[in-house]
Amino acid sequence: MSERAPGPLLRVEGVSKHYGGVRALEDVQFACRAGSIHALLGENGAGKSTFIKILSGVVQPDTGKIELGGRPMAFATPGEASAAGVSCIFQELSLLPDLSVADNICITAPPRRFGLIDKAGQRRLASEMLARIGGEDIHPDAPVGELPLSRQQMVEIAKALARNPKVLILDEATSALTAGDVAKVFALLKRLREEGMAIIYISHRMNEIAELADDCTVFRNGRYIETFRAGTKTDNEIVEMMIGREYSSAFPPLGDTMRAGSPALSVKNLSWAGELKDITLSVSPGEVVGLGGLDGQGQRQFLLALFGALIGVGGEIEIAGKPVKIGSPKQAKSPELGLALIPEDRKNEGLMLPMTVRENLSFAALDTVSRFGRVDRAKENELIDEIVRRLAIKADGVDGPVAALSGGNQQKVVIGKWLMTRPRIVLLNDPTRGIDVGTKQEIYQLLRQLAAEGTAILFYSTDYDELIGCCDRVAVFYDGTITRMLQGAELTEHNLVGAALNIGTPATEQKEAAL
Amino acid sequence: MTVAQDPAMKRPKRGSWRYWFAAQRGVLVAVAIFAVMFAVYGAAQPIGMSADVVNTAVNKGALLALVAMAQTLPVLTGGLDLSVGMTFMLANCLASAVVSGSPGMTALGIVIVLVAGLLCGLVNGLIVVYGRLQPLIATLATSAIYFGIALAVRPTPGGDINGAFADWMTRSTYAVPSSAVLLLAAVVLVWLPYRNSVLGRSIYAVGSSPQAAYASGVNIARAKLSAYTLAGLFAALGGLLLTCITYSGEARAALGNDYTLNSIAAVVIGGTSLFGGFGSAIGSIFGAFVMRTVGDLLIVFNINPVLQPLFVGVVLLFAVSLGSLRLLRIRNKLDLYR
Repeated sequence: MSERAPGPLLRVEGVSKHYGGVRALEDVQFACRAGSIHALLGENGAGKSTFIKILSGVVQPDTGKIELGGRPMAFATPGEASAAGVSCIFQELSLLPDLSVADNICITAPPRRFGLIDKAGQRRLASEMLARIGGEDIHPDAPVGELPLSRQQMVEIAKALARNPKVLILDEATSALTAGDVAKVFALLKRLREEGMAIIYISHRMNEIAELADDCTVFRNGRYIETFRAGTKTDNEIVEMMIGREYSSAFPPLGDTMRAGSPALSVKNLSWAGELKDITLSVSPGEVVGLGGLDGQGQRQFLLALFGALIGVGGEIEIAGKPVKIGSPKQAKSPELGLALIPEDRKNEGLMLPMTVRENLSFAALDTVSRFGRVDRAKENELIDEIVRRLAIKADGVDGPVAALSGGNQQKVVIGKWLMTRPRIVLLNDPTRGIDVGTKQEIYQLLRQLAAEGTAILFYSTDYDELIGCCDRVAVFYDGTITRMLQGAELTEHNLVGAALNIGTPATEQKEAAL
Repeated sequence: MTVAQDPAMKRPKRGSWRYWFAAQRGVLVAVAIFAVMFAVYGAAQPIGMSADVVNTAVNKGALLALVAMAQTLPVLTGGLDLSVGMTFMLANCLASAVVSGSPGMTALGIVIVLVAGLLCGLVNGLIVVYGRLQPLIATLATSAIYFGIALAVRPTPGGDINGAFADWMTRSTYAVPSSAVLLLAAVVLVWLPYRNSVLGRSIYAVGSSPQAAYASGVNIARAKLSAYTLAGLFAALGGLLLTCITYSGEARAALGNDYTLNSIAAVVIGGTSLFGGFGSAIGSIFGAFVMRTVGDLLIVFNINPVLQPLFVGVVLLFAVSLGSLRLLRIRNKLDLYR
């Protein structure tokens, strides 16, 4: 029923968005036609998520304009966007776990009788929607929180469709679906395209984009790069476009070649709760091993599993040649195991914000500076002074609250806190996210120093430059397991992105052909 | 957009008893605990289960039941209302001053009391939504304010209420206590319509996951405002009933705080999640009756009433631990602390 306007149905111009000092989107443009599927491409942090949050009214742009069917639009809330005909299927599901499937699908505009929700009508509508997308197996009365992830994702799709949108946005909407579901959803998307819907499709699976997309737009570092007809570029050209050619930071030289001897940490067939599958990896003392791949492929869970925070981890872990069982973070950090985890979420998992720099720094190492439960202040101060000097933490004394420090200095406190335990194996979970370039450089230097002193390092980062610049090897994660190990000359951004998307690169194809 | 009719589409499913039971399990557990306790009480009672015994028990239980219904709504949004007890008491003091005289005046007085309750709730809601204060501290502050107003209205215990009205509210008709009818009316005329409206469902959405509710286009401010305002109404109904039972008004801090804390306990026993998003005001009614029956049981079994808080505590712990069984399923220890 949606009228086919001569121009694009949705047009975006000059949209920018900053979070504090961090640029998420800069002067972005975008246009998509009714009756077409438009793929949006870009690597981690390219600004795709911010862009669709703006389109769906979750965040407001700093500048720029959005036009829908030729009329200017400004969505202050998701409710307004959906009323105007823009529906979004979010990557982090926007479902209400305690409510039933039918309640979720009809959350804002349920069928009503005498002003009250018509339960039977709602159940009927939900069943219809589920049947349309091929989710007949889902009972409309089931609480959403009890469904497996793949079924939840189907509910999310049904929920977006129930609003009869003109523009439908799918953000990695197929990532948790089974192959059978994907086929059904694809058939549906093609049918909706015939009916005149404009569909914006975000996915990291190149084969899906090849199958579905009419047009493609590439974002990089928060900027618009190019829009082109699907099929006019090769996968390789698209990857080039996504990574660009700009290197923004310089890295310290890598250390000597790997040291011989037994690995500091060795993992065999590690698996957990269906999210980690058969991971095998070893790290030598003095080696920095990067964890690469797209965000959310199990890298975080892998680090948490090593640090004893997960229950029911299968497989074998050896530290310095001895098999170990790591039952808790407390055990992991003990001098016998010598592990340290620098968490990603420094405000919740890294620091006690209202407490002083001193208290934060010595928390993890209290065992080593106390006797019979009493903290030895002299010894504590000595250690703290050493760490503050080594990391060049800029704080007016160590007795102020850590909340008063800048983000970069806070992150240094998190790292310092764990170095105080004198770890032999350091696990880093995206430690440079959201901090300034200067501090990043210092962290890179520190990593190399630690490695030179014989520390084994596992380094997860969403920034590919960092992985290439800092790591001796990079293990690329895809779907909860390591799919490729890149090192030496192979360790290029091109290969990293290719491996992260799990597409063959010319290098491997040639190698396979030669075998 | 036209909805393409898929020929392979199945016929719409009927409701399923399994899911209905799962959704009502909290209420059903509370009903079961209450039924057992009340049966024991009736059997052990020397004079048996006469209409008088039932009437007295229901009158006492209904007071806490109404305050617990009030508490349920903020809790469902993931909040808490520490002022329900004081709103209840303010309504009591106000009713002892204005619900008297001719039938017309009495009716006007009732309206004044209920509107005062709504206003108390609305103020809580406005502070929580637009002041962005934590519900706990916001309602702790307003509870002191409401107590202050109650004291101003009734500095010393006393006052009066229209005797005919009070008598009618507290007696039994054909063995059905009026207070039970009042509770039923509160459920059928207020709670059920609210729960089955878009507004009422949005409080479950907000309590279940505020981010997801926002991303789904739910009006979060309106949901919370309605929850706190309606809580004020239920608490005022309770205060009105209290005046009918005591024929007077009294501003006593200990009493109000007692009702507030017991209301939270009743809500939990009634199967409502303190994290929000799951539960029902009907469960809270039975939770309140369980709390009250504990006291009655101690009396018939000649146990020192001093021990009542101890037994209430045991019942509460038992009911709450049923709810934390899910923690056994957690596989990421960090989730324990979220």
